[in-house]
Amino acid sequence: MSVLPLDAADEVATEPVPPARRRGLPAFLRRPGGIFGATWLTFVIVASLTAPLWRPYEPAEQDTANALALPSAEHWLGTDPLGRDLLSRIFTAGSLPLLSSALMLVVAFGIGLPLALIAAERGRRVEQVISRLTEVLIALPATILLLAVIGVIGNRLYPVMAILGVMISASVYRVLLGVAQSVRQRLYIDAARVNGLGSLRVNLVHVLPSMATVVAVQAAQLFGIGLLIVAGLAFLGFGPGEPEPSWGFMIQDASGYIYTAPWLMVPTGLVLALTVVAANELADAIAGKVAVAGRAGRRRRRGPLRRAVAAAAAGTAEAPDPAAVLQVRDLSVSVDDGPDLVTGVSFALQPGRVLGLVGESGCGKTMTARSLLGLLPDGVSVSGGSILWRGRELVGLSEREMSALRGREIAMISQEPMVALDPMFSISSQLTGPIRRFRGVGRSEARKIAAELLRNVGIVDAERVLKSHPHQLSGGMAQRVCIALALTGEPDLLVADEPTTALDVTVQAEILSLLRALVRDTGLSVVVVSHDLGVVADICDDVAVMYAGQVVESGTAEAVLDAPAHPYTMALLGANPHVPEGEPVPERLASIAGTVPPPGSWPTGCRFASRCRFAQERCTVPFPELPAHGAGSVLCIRVDELSRDHAVWEPEHAGDEIATPLAPPAPVAGVSR
Amino acid sequence: MTAPAGTAPVAATTTPALEIRDLVVRYGSGRKARQAPPAIDRVSFSIAPGETVGLVGESGSGKSTIGKAVLGLQPPTSGTVRLHGQDITSMSLKQRSRQVADLRVVFQDPYSSLNPARTIGQTLVEPLRLMGTRGPEALHKARAGLESVGLPGDAVDRYPSQFSGGQRQRIAIARALVCDPEVVVLDEPVSALDLSTQAQVLNLLADLRDQRGLAFLFIAHDLGVVRFLSQRTVVLYRGQVMETGPVEAVSQAPRHPYTVALTAAAPVPRPAEQRARRTAREAAGFGTAGAALPSATGCPFVPRCPLATEVCVTERPPLRLVEGTEAACHHAERVPAL
Repeated sequence: MSVLPLDAADEVATEPVPPARRRGLPAFLRRPGGIFGATWLTFVIVASLTAPLWRPYEPAEQDTANALALPSAEHWLGTDPLGRDLLSRIFTAGSLPLLSSALMLVVAFGIGLPLALIAAERGRRVEQVISRLTEVLIALPATILLLAVIGVIGNRLYPVMAILGVMISASVYRVLLGVAQSVRQRLYIDAARVNGLGSLRVNLVHVLPSMATVVAVQAAQLFGIGLLIVAGLAFLGFGPGEPEPSWGFMIQDASGYIYTAPWLMVPTGLVLALTVVAANELADAIAGKVAVAGRAGRRRRRGPLRRAVAAAAAGTAEAPDPAAVLQVRDLSVSVDDGPDLVTGVSFALQPGRVLGLVGESGCGKTMTARSLLGLLPDGVSVSGGSILWRGRELVGLSEREMSALRGREIAMISQEPMVALDPMFSISSQLTGPIRRFRGVGRSEARKIAAELLRNVGIVDAERVLKSHPHQLSGGMAQRVCIALALTGEPDLLVADEPTTALDVTVQAEILSLLRALVRDTGLSVVVVSHDLGVVADICDDVAVMYAGQVVESGTAEAVLDAPAHPYTMALLGANPHVPEGEPVPERLASIAGTVPPPGSWPTGCRFASRCRFAQERCTVPFPELPAHGAGSVLCIRVDELSRDHAVWEPEHAGDEIATPLAPPAPVAGVSR
Repeated sequence: MTAPAGTAPVAATTTPALEIRDLVVRYGSGRKARQAPPAIDRVSFSIAPGETVGLVGESGSGKSTIGKAVLGLQPPTSGTVRLHGQDITSMSLKQRSRQVADLRVVFQDPYSSLNPARTIGQTLVEPLRLMGTRGPEALHKARAGLESVGLPGDAVDRYPSQFSGGQRQRIAIARALVCDPEVVVLDEPVSALDLSTQAQVLNLLADLRDQRGLAFLFIAHDLGVVRFLSQRTVVLYRGQVMETGPVEAVSQAPRHPYTVALTAAAPVPRPAEQRARRTAREAAGFGTAGAALPSATGCPFVPRCPLATEVCVTERPPLRLVEGTEAACHHAERVPAL
């Protein structure tokens, strides 16, 4: 069924590839490493190529009276043993390594890139032929071959570096093939081909631009390596002969005076080292490897703050519901120094019941569920409210206290069973590890318990499954294993984040039946996150409908789904194409204009007002807390009027969708990592 | 339960907009691949002009492979694909673009189906340029195309990242329709969208179809969604057609056990009704998915089917007309009502 994760927005980043063209500086030039790399490389290249025009002395001009001089007004960088000006020699020597490395790059990419594009396009057989051929190149001993070539053609560095380029093209091909193949998986390539775009144009217009970053990173890194190789060859004497200057020979020369005139090493060594470092810094900046350090520490520092917030919240709240095993009150989750993702969420869960958090993507249901486990993403934390688990406050607990709870008292199953299991280990070792840790039993006892757990989640041939690895299991089987994994610590609360979204509908029905049986047999309490109202109707006793970070309606599943009171709930139900038994399919479905506003741009007053058909002037101003509606809550000031008038969220009329252009699209501000 | 409606064969006199005959697709090559069951096994159906046919199945049923074979993205092993009677089975994509301009596609994933580095305008103008419309005229058409799917025309200057999932899917639809095609393959166009956005896009597709008389091959995993948009439906399981017929008959009175399993498993958002459905489904005794491999000679649903007998293992049932739908089941008459 290959359904995409619907909670992409909840999971923070949404955009796989950033738009290539933006106004102003390219991103890599906004990083210090990138600025340094680009500036230095530009300087060295320009200075070297123009050296004959500006150099103060001829490179072979000797001033023996001034040999081995330190920097002075006459010789800015000093002189060598024959009194030749180092500044002039360094930059006169620069054009050879720079140009020959560039030539190596041109050759390497000139061969590797087209081969990678062809192999990615033409399918397996062509790819295998090309890959085998490049393996031959990789297998050749490069150093020996280079020396042999020099033996034949002499110290001519341009042809030597061109041959090195041919040999490097194999590894360039390797890296670029992977990238090209993954770019070709993208659907816009297929769309372009269906449009009839020719192979060359598909590659030029659609494939290559998406590979540009990798190409640039590779090129910058290889350029640095090329410089080192040229210098190394010259150091060994395979460079331009005296009196022609070369970086490698100058370093070799300086190494003889390392004790008597140590300065001699500094200018040449520094220019070479800086150039190589600059190439690598530029590569790093293009690749976007910004120092991520410093972010990790942030969560810790919020600990005391969170504790204070929680204490304040607990102090002002009314007495906790004694029957509830989990009570969440006024919970807020925010991006650190950024917008709120969830505000004022309250719900209670009785033991042995199933609560559904339902809503569209970006409404904060996953964030709410994850905060119960203390598993919020980096840079996101609970910013207020309280989570009472069996009377114990979870907000503000340290990571250590939280991890003692996780698995033993509160466990989680996630949307993608295949991602939750480690592909490297057998099911047996993935299950027995936690069993031994949680229950303190021996290896054979743990294996017995593992088999028992698998049988409990409806796996008939438990022994065979224990021996297999995750990739040998179907999606439904893998999700059963994940549920068994969650049960290893005998938890009392299970948080299930879209547990069936990635599964086929017949498999989904089996997993839901299994979860229900577990609740019935073990008295487990469950919080289910789902976007599917059908799943909620199937498994949940209580429902909290979330919209834009708030609970807009809550109550028992029957009350909320059979008689929705909030317009958003009405609209969601109207949008569902599964009509009741025996009723005809409507001509058009009910829909909600526009999209969920992203965090940070929630309107004041009712957050749904701008999309609501029943909204009035007073909906757009902040309103006081609303009284309970029946046994649950409804976050709508018009709820009594609407239920008195039997308001219905009507389906669209035929033709509505093409008659009225929507408002200009609002920029989608995804929360940045 | 409604009676099966509209059982008359659709448009027998006119040439079908799209016709697929005995389509077989095998992946890979070599002896191993020849021994494995094909991804698509002798599938035939046709779509009349202006008609929508829903292709329903779970993962691995081959529904997207059929879409790819129709579009020329996956060469079929045997069988034919005809567009307005013209055989396009082995035509290259380039030949197709020259000769048949009226087959287009909308993919499932609105994020990867638009090139993030190109403006909406560039994306929409690309197919027009290939058909000889260039310059201001192409741009004008692109703007008109965006307006026809409910987006402002000035969106041509923006990049895909500035749009939400539903808006991107509208753009993908605009790209498919900008050349005025007559047949559009919709490959799970709403599966990646949220419920309210899904409804918007489904309404839009229905509006466009009614307005332009488009023929849709609508690929989906959800029979409820297919029922909303389609007139007829084809139910696939492991590359074979299990049942086909008018969508009301297939979804309300299925004659194949797999269709019954598929329909019964889809949850409805009404707790009491869902409870009854669940009880009925659990009582029906369908086997667990993926528990055992089906036999190569018989019906692929045998390992999960509560009605399976000896004949189902040895003999593949042909499609036959049973009470208004065509079902490939030896025991179609015994299939219990939903």
